[in-house]
Formats: sequence, C-alpha cells, structure tokens
Amino acid sequence: MARGRIRAKLRKSHLYSFCLFRSSGSGGQSIGGPGFSRTVYCNEPQVLNQKPYRSNIISTTKYNFFSFLPKALYEQFHRVANLYFLGCAIASLTPLSPFSPVSMIAPLAFVVGLSMAKEGLEDWRRFMQDREVNSRKVHVHNEEGGFGKKTWEDVRVGDVVKVEKDQFFPADLLLLSSNYEDGICYVETMNLDGETNLKAKKALEATLGLDEDDNFNNFKGIIKCEDPNPSLYTFVGNLEYEGKVYAIDPTQILLRDSKLRNTEFVYGVVIFTGHDSKVMQNSTRSPSKRSRVEKKMDYIIYVLFSVLLVISLISSFGFAVEIKYSMPVWWFMRPQDADEYYSPKKPVISGLSHMVTALMLYGYLIPISLYVSIEVVKVLQATFINQDIQMYDEDTGIPAQARTSNLNEELGQVDTILSDKTGTLTCNQMDFLKCSIAGIPYGVSPSEVELAAAQQMANDQEDQGELKTLVASKKEKAHKSPIKGFNFEDNRLMNGNWLKEPTAARIMLFCQILAVCHTAIPELNEETGNYTYEAESPDEGSFLVAARELGFEFFQRTQSSVFVREKYTASGKPIEREYKILNVLEFTSKRKRMTVIVRDEEGQILLLCKGADSIIFDRLSKDGKLYLEDTTRHLNDYGEAGLRTLALAYRKLEESEYTAWNNEFQKAKTSIGADRDAMLENAADMMERDLFLVGATAVEDKLQKGVPQCIDKLAQAGLKLWVLTGDKMETAINIGFACSLLRQGMKQICITESGSEDKQEVKEDILKQITNGLEMIKQENDPHAAFALIIDGKTLAYALEDDMKLKFLGLAVECASVICCRVSPKQKALVTRLVKQGTGKTTLAIGDGANDVGMIQEADIGVGISGVEGMQAVMASDFSVSQFRFLERLLVVHGHWCYKRIAQMICYFFYKNIAFGLTLFYFEAFTGFSGQSVYDDWYMLLFNVVLTSLPVMSLGVFEQDVSSEVCLEFPAVYQQGPRNLFFDWYRILGWMGNGLLCSLIIFFINIIILYDQAFRAEGQTADLAVLGTTMFTCIVWSLNCQIALTMSHFTWIQHVTIGGSIAAWYIFLLIYGALSPRISGDAYQILVEALAPAPIYWQTTLLATIACTLPYMAHIAYQRCFEPEDHHIIQEIKYYRKDVEDQHMWTRERSKARQKTKIGFTARVDAKIRQVRAKLNKKQ
Amino acid sequence: MDTDRERHRARETAFYLFTQQSLPACKPVLTPGWVIAIFLFMGVIFIPVGLISLRASHCVVEIVDRYDIDCVPEPSRMDKVSYIQDDSIPKNCSHFMKPVPPITWKVSCISPYAEPYTFSSAVITRHYTAVKTATEYVKSRSDKQLLDGQKYHDTSSCQPVESNNNRPIVPCGLIAWSLFNDTFEFIREGAELKVNRKNIAWKSDRGHKFGKNVYPFNFQNGTLIGGGKLNPEIPLSDQEDLIVWMRTSALPSFRKLYGRIEEDLDVDDVVVVNLMNNYNTYSFGGKKKLVLSTSSWLGGKNDFLGHACVFVGCSSLTLAIIFMLLHVKYRRPYGDMSYLPWNRKSFSG
Repeated sequence: MARGRIRAKLRKSHLYSFCLFRSSGSGGQSIGGPGFSRTVYCNEPQVLNQKPYRSNIISTTKYNFFSFLPKALYEQFHRVANLYFLGCAIASLTPLSPFSPVSMIAPLAFVVGLSMAKEGLEDWRRFMQDREVNSRKVHVHNEEGGFGKKTWEDVRVGDVVKVEKDQFFPADLLLLSSNYEDGICYVETMNLDGETNLKAKKALEATLGLDEDDNFNNFKGIIKCEDPNPSLYTFVGNLEYEGKVYAIDPTQILLRDSKLRNTEFVYGVVIFTGHDSKVMQNSTRSPSKRSRVEKKMDYIIYVLFSVLLVISLISSFGFAVEIKYSMPVWWFMRPQDADEYYSPKKPVISGLSHMVTALMLYGYLIPISLYVSIEVVKVLQATFINQDIQMYDEDTGIPAQARTSNLNEELGQVDTILSDKTGTLTCNQMDFLKCSIAGIPYGVSPSEVELAAAQQMANDQEDQGELKTLVASKKEKAHKSPIKGFNFEDNRLMNGNWLKEPTAARIMLFCQILAVCHTAIPELNEETGNYTYEAESPDEGSFLVAARELGFEFFQRTQSSVFVREKYTASGKPIEREYKILNVLEFTSKRKRMTVIVRDEEGQILLLCKGADSIIFDRLSKDGKLYLEDTTRHLNDYGEAGLRTLALAYRKLEESEYTAWNNEFQKAKTSIGADRDAMLENAADMMERDLFLVGATAVEDKLQKGVPQCIDKLAQAGLKLWVLTGDKMETAINIGFACSLLRQGMKQICITESGSEDKQEVKEDILKQITNGLEMIKQENDPHAAFALIIDGKTLAYALEDDMKLKFLGLAVECASVICCRVSPKQKALVTRLVKQGTGKTTLAIGDGANDVGMIQEADIGVGISGVEGMQAVMASDFSVSQFRFLERLLVVHGHWCYKRIAQMICYFFYKNIAFGLTLFYFEAFTGFSGQSVYDDWYMLLFNVVLTSLPVMSLGVFEQDVSSEVCLEFPAVYQQGPRNLFFDWYRILGWMGNGLLCSLIIFFINIIILYDQAFRAEGQTADLAVLGTTMFTCIVWSLNCQIALTMSHFTWIQHVTIGGSIAAWYIFLLIYGALSPRISGDAYQILVEALAPAPIYWQTTLLATIACTLPYMAHIAYQRCFEPEDHHIIQEIKYYRKDVEDQHMWTRERSKARQKTKIGFTARVDAKIRQVRAKLNKKQ
Repeated sequence: MDTDRERHRARETAFYLFTQQSLPACKPVLTPGWVIAIFLFMGVIFIPVGLISLRASHCVVEIVDRYDIDCVPEPSRMDKVSYIQDDSIPKNCSHFMKPVPPITWKVSCISPYAEPYTFSSAVITRHYTAVKTATEYVKSRSDKQLLDGQKYHDTSSCQPVESNNNRPIVPCGLIAWSLFNDTFEFIREGAELKVNRKNIAWKSDRGHKFGKNVYPFNFQNGTLIGGGKLNPEIPLSDQEDLIVWMRTSALPSFRKLYGRIEEDLDVDDVVVVNLMNNYNTYSFGGKKKLVLSTSSWLGGKNDFLGHACVFVGCSSLTLAIIFMLLHVKYRRPYGDMSYLPWNRKSFSG
C-alpha cells in the first residue's frame, strides 16, 4: 500500500533523462579478458559454490587471536632499542651479568607489555567495529522464494538483496529495480567521497520488471565484469538476462557503504563482497605511526650505541690485556683456580665475556627507563588532552580524545594541515543571506567574514562606523529564532513588503525562479506544518526556503508540474499557482547552469535559468543587460564576503519558437550514439540565450563555529592549510573564500584537464600549466601577492603521477593556499603522502567521514571529527575532536607543550644517563677494567626508578614554557616546533656534552678527594662503599639541580618531585643502612656512621653539584641575556607584569604577533586596508 | 545562585586546576639581577670554604716511607718473589723513617690539636698498589658467613676459596684469603711508641657485621696459603685487621688504617720501625709504603678539596663580573617587545 502511494505521489525520473543515459560503449569488448574475469551467477548460490569469491566478512584488524602474540612481539622487537634490551635481558641470565636478571627483565617486560597492550586494545576496537558491521542485517532472497534476514557476513556473490530506505548497501550491488517504476533510486555517498548531495542511480530497462519479492523466484542471470578494483567512478561489465546481453555502467552500481535515500527500497544483485568491494579496495591498512622525535631518538640511540660499543670494546680489550699479562702475577686472585672467564690462558674468551658484562654495565647510556618514562608521560599527556575542558564540546558532550598517545609531541611540529571540507570546515548547511534584484542589493545580515573583519578593525581602533553597526546588528539578531538555511534580513522584502518596492515585478520573477527552477522534492513536516525540501544540493534547498520565506512556497511536485503557493498577492489572499514543466536542463559542472522551461497558468512559456555569473552574463540579450553593471558590483561584494553566488535570468518564449526547439531537443534526446551528449548540449545551448538578468543570490556555506578564527590562528602559527574536498570546484572555491583561504586579489592558479582523449597530450598540457604557474610566482614582485592553487581530481590523477608530482608539489608549496576538489579518498591519501614525503614536513589530516580515512591514516597525524554520524574517521584517527576549532588549542597549546616537554625530557634523560653511565666507565678504566661497578647494585637499580625518574617525568607532564593563554595569544611561538628548535642535533649534542662534562667533574672530584687520604678525623680511609655512596650523592644532587634549572614552571608537584628525589636518596640510605648487613653489606650504617659525620662528604657534594651546574647556568643566563628565544621574552613580559601595566602595548604587540600571513582573516583585513590606502593615495 | 557558586567552587578545586594544567605555579625568570646575585653568592660561599679547607689540609703532616725494597736484603733483591715466598727466611726488618717535618704554614695551625710542632695523634696507614678491585675478587666473600659463621652454609659466592675438606672455610673468599700481614713496631729514641690498634674498624662493622661467635678455625689451612693468618681463638668481631681489610678499597692503590699513635711526636724526631715484611707485592710489582699522618677535621692531607672550592668560587665571581660587565655594556631591556620574533624580523627585512 505504501508503495502505491509513493508512486502516485511522484515519478520524477524523467527529470534526469538528460544526464543519466549514457551508453557504455567502450568497456564491452574486454569483458572476459584479463582483469575482467569475474562471473556472477545471479540468484544461484549453488553454482557459486563451485567458484567461490571472497565472503562478505570484512576484517580490518591487524592480528587475530593466534597471530597476536607472535606478530605483536615481532613488531616490538623490530625496534633496535628493544632488541638491545632483549639481548641484555638474556645476557643477564648468565653469570656474566653485573646485575640481577630481574632488574633487566622487568622494565623490558613493562615497556613491551604496555606497547602490546595498546596495540591489542586498538585492534580489539577495530575487531568490535568489524563485528558490528558484519552482523548488520539485510533482506536476502532465499531458496524458499521469499526474502529473509541475513547478516551481512553471510551475503554471497550472486545473492539478490533488498535494501530499504536509509540502510547501507551491504556489498557492491547491481541495481535491478526500485520502488519507482523507472528504477531510479537515490544514494548518499558521504562515506565514499564526502559529498552529501544525493546521487541518482538507474536500473537497466530490462530488469525493471523485477520489482516484487515474488518476481525473483525464477530470476536467473549472469554478470560478467571487471575484477575488484578501487576505482569508484568506473565499472565495466555486462548482464546476460533472458538471452540478451546488456552493458552495465556505473549508474547501475550501488556501492557498499553508501546509503539509500529518498527511495523506499531497491533490489540488487551482489557483485563484489567484502574486501573485493570498491570501498574496501580504497581502504588502506592502518599503519603504526611514530613521531618525528621518536624517529630521531633512534638515531641518538645509534650514536649512543656506538659509544657504548666503543667503550665496551676498550673495556674488554683492556680486560683481556690485564688478564693475559697481570693475572698470572696476581697471586691473590688465585689464577691457577680461576674459572675460564679469568683464565690467563684464554684472554680472548675473557675479553669477549667481559664485553658482554661491559655492554650491560654501561647499559645506562641507553636507558630502558627512558622508554618506560616516555610511555608513562605520553599517557599522562594524553589524559590532559582528554580532560581539557576547553576542547570539550558542550553541545554534543564530546571531549577531545587522544586515541593514541604516541603522537602527542608530533602535534607541536605540524607544518601542513590537510583538511576535508564538508563536515569539517562547513556544517554542510547553506544560508540564504543576500540577494541583488534588479540592481538593488537586499539583505543586511553580515556574513561571518564581514563580522570578523569588523571586529578586527574595531580592535585596531580605526574608524569603521559602518562595520561597527554590522556587529551591533548581529548582536541584536541573536535572539531571533533561526530558520535553517535562511539568514536573510531585510524589511524591504520580508513580510510581503516587497510589493511596495518599485521593482516588485522583478522581485516576483526572482522569487518565481527560485521556487520553480530546481529538482527538489517537498516534504511536509507534520509537526510544524512547514515544508522541508529534499534537494540535490544544500544551496538549492536554501533557495527554496528563501522563496518560502519571501512568500513563494513550493509545496508540491507532480510528474509534470510544480505547485507554488503565493502568500502575498495584490489581492491579499494566497494563490496556488501551477507551473507545467516542459523541459529540465540539468546542472552539470561543465554547464554550470540549470534551466527549466515551464508554462505558467496564463499559458506563457518561460525559460528560467540560474547559473554561475560568468556563464549567465555571456548569454544575456542586449536588453537583458539592464542591471548587469549593478549586479556585477554586488556579486563582487558578495564574493569578497565569502559568499557563494548564482545569477538568475529568464526569458519569455514564443509558442512557435519553443515547439521548433523542442522537436530538435527531443530528436537529440532519442538519438543513440557517441555524439548524443554533444547534440543535447548543442540543443540546450541554443535555447539558453538572449536571457534577461533578474538578479543574483548570495548564499553562505555555513561554516562550523569558530572555523575562520581557527584558520586565522593556525595561519598565524605558520601552518599551511590545504583543503581536499570531494565537492565541486565552485563550491570548494566559495568555501575557500568563506574561510579566508582565498580572497579577492589573490591570484588563483587553476589547473584543469583539457579533456583531450590522448593521455600524453593531457599530461603535457597540465605540465605546461604547472610551469606557467611557477613562472608567474617567480615573476611576481609584490611582496603581498599571494597565490592560490586550485586543482580538480581528474587533473590531480595526472599530477600525482611519478614524473609530475614533484613539479606539482613545487608549485603547491609556493602557493599560500591549495584547494583540491573532486578528489577521491585514495587521492586524498596520495596527496597527503606526496606532501609528507615530498616536503619532509609533518602533515596533519583532519576529516570527519569515511572518505577521509585514507588521508587520516596516511598523514603523520590523523585527526577525526567526532560527533557526526559515521565513526570511521574517528576510528582511524590518532586524535579526535568534535569541532574543527578545537584544532587550534590541540596544536598551539597541547602540541606546543607536548613537543617541548618530550624534547626536553629526552635530552635531559640522555644527559642524566650519560652523566651517570660514564662514571662507571671511568671507574672501570681506573681499576684495570675489572667489571666492578663503583656503586652498590641497589643504587643503580634505584637510580632510574626512584631517584631521578619523577622530576624528569614531572618535566614531561607538567612543564609549560608559557601558559596556554599566551600560546593562544602568540601563535607564532608555535613555530619553535616545526622548526624543531628543541630537538635539533645542536641541542642534543649540547646536552650530551653537558652529561660528559658532568660525569668528568663528578668522577674526578670524588676520586681525587677520596682515593687514598683519610676522609675522617679518626683516620679512616674511603673504601669502595664510601666512594660509591659519595659519588652517587653528588650525582643525585647534580642531576636534580640540573633539572630544576631546565624547568620554568614550578607547581607544588615539581617542588615535591625534585625535593623528594633528593630526600628519597637520603631516606633510602638510612633505611638501607639500617637493614641487616646480610642485605646491605658494606652499605651498612654508611650514612649514619661513616658519611654524615664527615664534613668532607657534605663539602664534596656541594662542590660537585655546583661545579656541574655552573656551566649550564652560565649558558642559560648568557642565552637569555643575549640570544633570547621567543618564549624567554614572553616569560619576562609576564614576569615583570608588563602586560598588566601597559595594556595598550600588549594588545598592539598581540596584533603584531600575527605573522605576515597570506591567508586567513587577518590577511584579508590587511589586504583591505592596503586597498583603502592605495585609494587614498590616488585621491591625493 | 547557589548552584552557580557551587559550580564556581568546583571549578576552583585543586583537582580541576590540576586537570586543566593551571595549578598555581612559580615561574622564576633568570633575570640579570638574579644571575649576578647567584654567581656572587656562590663565589662568596665557596672561596671561604675553600680557604678553610686549605688551611686544615696544610696543618696535616704526613710522612710517607716506602719500605718494600729496603726491607729485602741486598742479595735477594734480584729475585724478590722467591725471597718473600721462602718461609724459612725471617722477614723482620728495621727501618728508619724520615724525621718529622715542621708544619709549613705556621699561622694556620693554631688548631685544636695542641701546640704547633707536635702531633697530637698520628695515623699510620700502609699503602700499596695492586689491582684489587677485579669483580671476581670483590665478590669473593660472604657477608652472611662473616656474621653467622658456619650456620650459613652457602659459600658459593666465595669461589675459589670456599671450602676445605668439605667444610666451609671461615672466613671464606679471596679477600680474606689474601689478608695483609705485614706488622709494624715503632721505636722513638729507644722507647717503643704505643700504637693503639683498637677501633680502627667501623663500630658497626665490629658490632653487627662480623660475628661475635664466629672463629676462624680453619683459616689458611689449605694447600695454598695466601696472606696473613688469624688467631682461631679470637672471634671475627675482634679481628680488626681483618675487618679493615674486608672493606675493599675503591681503587687499586689504597691506604688502610693500621693504628693510632697516641703520643705526640716532635719535629725532627726519628722513628725506627721494626716491621715484618710478609706480604707479597713483589709478584705483581706492587709498592708498600708506611704513612704517618696527622689528621684534621677534614681527615688527611687534602689540598685538592680546598683548591677546587677556591677555583669554583673564583669562577663564580668571574662569571658574576663578566655578566655584570656584559649587562652594562649590552644592556637588553627585559621583556622588551622589540626582541619578539615578529619585531626582529621586521628589522632584518
């Protein structure tokens, strides 16, 4: 019953007759050949058993239950450091080890275990997601002749499935029929290409009869088609049905992960299942990402490992020599009884075995505790990101989430942001904002760009009265309840007032065009009584809403007519008018216009046309240019304000003229052959001439909250933003304007494909365009000139080929903004890879839909927008935020902090372990490479665990060079990350040198003071325990003082950890000394009895500590005085409270802080100011 | 209102501030004032400390006397090893020590240690060079056995001197086995100087580390005799020589406390030492020295400490002065906007 009603309600398919029918001539021959081997026996599952294709189960997990352990372990020990630690752990089980095995194995198990647990958890999440998808239900035709529910995973190739409204397609299907008689259905391909507008698909004429459940009992057919491939927009195949062969083209293919919309149900045959489906072919395995800092750390590890090897070699060589020449005379060692490791007869064995011992003894140079600490610190940092209330979206209740903690510091080094458009930058909602009718502009609501510009100028305290009123008007408006898609405000037009305008007739015509020239379907909202519109694109919807609000309510569409209710008429009573639709000439990106030809109630034939201004202006009649000048000016204004514009025109047709043309048109329409398209095109072109320009519309593509400001800040922080969108070029450019990536006066370099058949020719053409672009940039003299690169997907496919991509990249990086439109998910990923590998800089990809997954996975950092329908992007991402604007805080605050924290932490860690580890080596060298460690085992164990770990972790978790407010006020400070000022080799080697110096100072001060003289008034000399403990005390003090010097932010936590670490050492000594000598050995009562009463002990500690920190302190003091870095100055400003004392200066500096950016609001405002000045100069 | 206030209060709670990373913090900035003050302060602290240490060190008198060659009779000097290993030759040796020197730095030594030119106490240490810190050697002991004696059976750590006739050697291990066994007697002007050999080991070692009921009943009974022997009648806790010896030194060359001369020595006193030259350092070319030294509150003679302190103090002062000069000459107004990166760029561009 329901079906009947729908059919009666509407048959709209003929609207599409123009664009949908295209013969698929080319593919036919190759079917059956290589690459086209697939044969699908429709509705015959038993045949399929003989030639099975992949099942419809999808699995995106990396591991399964059995492979997890070996595979994950393999991944872990793939890292050099872990492998080294594993070697040490194994060696610690042998008697050669200077340490107990537990002290080697436990930290390794912790690090590896934690990493594996993280991997496992992520994989588990993927598994659960897969399971959810696999267990979705769909109606499948079964052998009993009915349709039964089956889970997706049980769907097989050849099954006939029935998909209902708003369901996803379980696999790639061949559309057989829909509830519409002509087999049309609408799909939303959001997950594939990010486009939210509906796409129409049409079944083959031959299968239209299969529109009832019962019709499928005897349905048999064979589909021969291409093998699985990732191309979303092509399909080659044919269907053998009832003895005939029909060619199948992409319009009959319903792709997995797209959604059925506006259609009650469809029937389809499964062609590709599971991983064979196009969307899965487009997906890439989620890679495990490592941050740049971590990769660099590998190199440091290599350096240290070499140092370690060298000193171990020296040690073992020295030991072997000692064993060979000295051991025989060391009677006290009983050389004749010595085991093989000490046997003078086998110095080589001794040397080799000592090598193992030495590698472990000096293992402090490559601290496993660093890895443990980094893991812990990163998890804590991630917790802070998750907890940040300022990245919490109150509307949706979703906080920002660091889904992996591996990349925190990478956030501080981002150079290029690659952003999706729809759902990320924009809300995918169009608001009708302004219009120009008959040369008069209407609409007073400011666009977001204007608002922000006004605010900016107000801040700059320049006289901008006009803009100030704009701000004011916006404020007043806040209480008005918003209508979705309509933000228009002008009393001259609203509430029927337009009737009083002198150009009322034109206004009426304007509204009629809006209400009639479209392909939307009205739907009555039962609750409000209003009509909502299912439009092909959101701006069409906004036109209809605007027409409705102005009094022309489109409320019904039949097969042949459009009905409009006019609310305000001369008579005062609403009138319903019917417009008979004679022809619809579709909108395509090539034509850039849409036309309907209607007959109104008076019998007058009207051609109503809307389209891109440039196209319409070319087609005006002489009379039709009446308002051209004014309209052009208004369009420029709108464009400047970031609005998306269309021109509206009409033409009155004579009956005879129309009939003549229609015959021609019908002929073209029914013709068959390759030139059909061209004929249709020509026919349409003939009619769309001699138009009369009525006016223009300006629609605001509603940006998400705070997006322009955020882009502005990010631009100030020196980040480049590329927009990769599946949208049309015009839309993309408009959005570019709206979010200030483009502005008037910016030179746009559009690279497009020539449309030639010859591939080589196309490539040459594109190459020429790129070269021209580069030339243009080179020749530009104006320092303020900015370029924008706009490229579409097809062209990009060529530009991304190996021989051209570097040239393309070269051009792209020269441009201030880059917009790629109509790109497929795979291309998004490829562009990301190109940027990542080509520039060698860190990339961040942000997106919300499944089509962004590739890009998110490919980029160094993937950010998903959470809170929207699909979760695929979030699942694939490393970080998720619920709004684009939170990206600013994520990068500029958290990224900056995390980068500096991790960088400083790693540097300090190497410093401290070098300082400590080398003292062991020096002692070796002084004691004939005996392999004896100068410190008690417990000291060494505690060194990295208790005595020095917490301060460095508090550095890694809590350090703030400048506060978050300052980070946001001075985004330029962010540049320290991308320029990698805090983790360059200069700094790393500096720290290592500092460690070396520190180790030398500590060792020699202690050795010289304590080596043979009595250290007490009572005459006792220092033994190993006394020397070791004193030296260790010096180390604990020096290292902790050093970290206090590196920190610039002391909360009670830092005080407690640093003070606590030093205190912990003495407490430990007390406790350890109080234990039975059976455990403590020579350390028994060492502090109380031996050391504390000796003044020399305290004096040595003080001396060594100060001597160690003195050079570093002089260095930082010098640096701050004479080569201050950005954050130093800001710290000082804050310290002296200059910002509070001199507010004016502070604001001025803040505005100066905005780097000379070429994109963003600021740039736009700057450009405007320059314009104004230029004008003033001219006048003078 | 109430809920508002509560929310406000909740926001101010420490935990909220913690999670938002906005805990109150002290953010010290190394301004020139601070830098100069810190360096000055360190200089002011270190120079006097260094000078005091130096003074203490200068008050220490030390006589070092090498005896390992002199105590081998002329004929045996060609083959010292066989001399020392030959048990039949008596090893006693009489040796003149250098006369006691005057204290060099008179002013400084109005010390608590009685009047100048006398030694209120003398510390005798012996000194020899040997590689004694090889891991195997240092580990070859059993602290548990030293305390518990035979009750503790596991002497595997004492390799290769662990047992004799299936009974664990007490004390086991190489360290004990190679016990130093030279002995000394001091004679001044014909009279014996009394040497106090008690309390040369740490009290805690005597009390808690070496068993009171552990007797070295089978020490040095094996086929190979290492160093000195112990009186099996005396428990380990009273064998202070052993206790001192068991404290392994850090470096190959070391001194150990032998005893204290509790009589004052006068300047130019000549001390004759009668010693038993038992211990074999000739095999490995080690030296043996006898050291007589006074001690100060700092311990022995230790000029380095004082010098280092003075050096660090002077460096600090120099740095303070350098920074002061630099600051005067190239004064950078602090918190000056013109140093901000965007302003600097505009200068250069």
